[in-house]
Amino acid sequence: MSEITVPGVAPKGPIGKAVFWARANLFNSWLNTIITLVIIYGVVRLVPPVIQWAFLDSVWSAPDNSVCRAALGACWAFIGVWYRFILFGRFPYDEQWRPLLVCFIFIALLLMSCDRRFWNSWLMLIWVAGTAVIATLMWGGVLGMTFVETDLWNGLPLTLILAVFGLGFAFPLAILLALGRRSHMPAIRALSVGYIEFIRGVPLITVLFMASVMLPLFLPTGTTINKLLRAEVAFILFSAAYLAEVVRGGLQAVPKGQFEAADALGLSYRQKMQKIVLPQALTIAIPPLVNTFIGAFKDTSLVIVIGLFDLLNTANAALNDPAWRGYYVEAYVMISIIYFVFCFFMSRYSQHLEMSFNKGKRR
Amino acid sequence: MATLKLMGIAAATGLAAMVAAGSASAGTLDTVKGKGMITCGVSTGVAGFSIADSTGKYTGIDADTCRAYAAAIFGDVNKVKFVPATAQQRFTLLQSGEIDVLTRNTTRTLTREADLGLSFAPVNFYDGQGFMVAKALNVKSAKELKGATVCVQPGTTTELNLADFFRSNKIDFKPVVIEKLDEVENAFFSGRCDAYTTDRSGLASTRISKAPKPDDYVVLPDVISKEPLAPAVRRGDDEWYTVIEWVQYAMLEAEERGITSKNVDDMLKSDDPNVKRLLGVTPGMGKSLHLDEKWAYNAIKLVGNYGETFDRNVGKDSALKLERGVNELWTKGGLMYGMPVR
Repeated sequence: MSEITVPGVAPKGPIGKAVFWARANLFNSWLNTIITLVIIYGVVRLVPPVIQWAFLDSVWSAPDNSVCRAALGACWAFIGVWYRFILFGRFPYDEQWRPLLVCFIFIALLLMSCDRRFWNSWLMLIWVAGTAVIATLMWGGVLGMTFVETDLWNGLPLTLILAVFGLGFAFPLAILLALGRRSHMPAIRALSVGYIEFIRGVPLITVLFMASVMLPLFLPTGTTINKLLRAEVAFILFSAAYLAEVVRGGLQAVPKGQFEAADALGLSYRQKMQKIVLPQALTIAIPPLVNTFIGAFKDTSLVIVIGLFDLLNTANAALNDPAWRGYYVEAYVMISIIYFVFCFFMSRYSQHLEMSFNKGKRR
Repeated sequence: MATLKLMGIAAATGLAAMVAAGSASAGTLDTVKGKGMITCGVSTGVAGFSIADSTGKYTGIDADTCRAYAAAIFGDVNKVKFVPATAQQRFTLLQSGEIDVLTRNTTRTLTREADLGLSFAPVNFYDGQGFMVAKALNVKSAKELKGATVCVQPGTTTELNLADFFRSNKIDFKPVVIEKLDEVENAFFSGRCDAYTTDRSGLASTRISKAPKPDDYVVLPDVISKEPLAPAVRRGDDEWYTVIEWVQYAMLEAEERGITSKNVDDMLKSDDPNVKRLLGVTPGMGKSLHLDEKWAYNAIKLVGNYGETFDRNVGKDSALKLERGVNELWTKGGLMYGMPVR
């Protein structure tokens, strides 16, 4: 393929087109040529060994560890034995269809909430109903399902409960805090500023530690607050402080004229915020909001410090099995695929949302 | 806005339902009997001691110790709630009453008893720090490890014990400190270190489950620290402590008298007065403990004697394949000594 493309003459055939495209895009300057070559080198060095490891030399099923020990590649048999524990942890084995169903309900609820056709007051009712179904499935005790304590709510359902309800409650709180911080009333402003700065000044681990190690010592002996509830509340309080600052960023970007116009129309504070300011502020704040959501979703894995088994920690627990030691990479690949699917969806959805909200502003 | 309010109410009731109020500060034994279950603090996953299997069921010598309590109190091994506790929160869980007994491979020390207000029951596993080396190194004792590189995990007493041992023996060594268990093991097996040090139970499990060829490695006989692992309860509840203590002794006594989960029913016909007392054929022992006369019978029948739990979880029938060593009965040269049940 040494023919020289004459400018203005379209290349012939698919190969010719590809060469033309590559010259125009990948080798159009000496810097780009170097970058392209480095990337090609990296791909050639990395991809075949990964494929070799993950697919060609790997063990897909084995009765015990010995087959995996002899193989050079990945031991997916480990996942085959442990996937139910990693996904659902210590939830009673015979009833693990319940948390599985809960995960699907969560996904259905989230997908539904993403569709703008469902954005009306019915959505609230659907969520209340969905939450009731989730609670019934997880707790059980009715309809022939055995009662399951929150200690046994492990794995993916726990991650989803912490993240979805955590962010669901944190978001309204964050809006209140953001409005409070911009309020003209000194007491409310001081309270909001104090809260936000205090929470942002400490790591999430500290908040969880306080909730699990210090709080029980202050309570009278014998009085215990559910561990999951403690983690959930700590998570809500923590996320709210971060989200509040994001929302405040959005509020500040709303032009002053909008506020004045709303005032001039004689709208009350509530009407002004609800109808004029917040819709604009939140639209502006979508990218950082989703950023914080994604971060918070992954932060749920910190609940290990108080002995809760979320998705990551069930995997870690599985890795301690002496019969299947050392398959860290396989377990983490599985976990990262699950996390990636959720996080990637959030990020794609936020892009879609931005586009559709900005339709009116684009030329 | 009505739907909003509705959602708020639903949320509030949901959260309120999750707040569980425990009972008042009655004796722990009465509380446990009232609840109909015993709550044990266990680890989040230590092989052989307390670890969930792939169906989510806790196994291990600590888990079995807890089941033995349930068997003794209720005659049912399933009346157990396992609460996974991290190393940091385990004592708080006990102090705050969230768990009734801590069976979580915890070393008995003076400060833990005196400062934290705990009482330790009899030891259910004597551990200690040791060394593993490659056989090819031809080393017979840790004192021959002059100038050796030693792999160790940081932040635990393991690292301090290592330094103390070499300093007091005036041997120089090069520590290779690696945080993650997996990485420290890989470093040792890839030959980056001459020796690897941690608790001997951990060494044995690493040798069996991680070594490319287990027979190429040997755990040296030196024990450089004492790690007596024992269940713990809150101090000041003597009635409860006595139950915890004597269930352990009963399991040791059963092994010494040759009573196993398989032959316990035959043993009911035994003429040995010791066996008769232990199994409740001659009544009295259960009453003294405020338990059913069948307390020890149930623990042995449903869980096994000490030797059985050892073999099943950490010993010859397990993946760890530990030797009994000092955990052998006193009659066979070990430290396990069941007090007389009479």
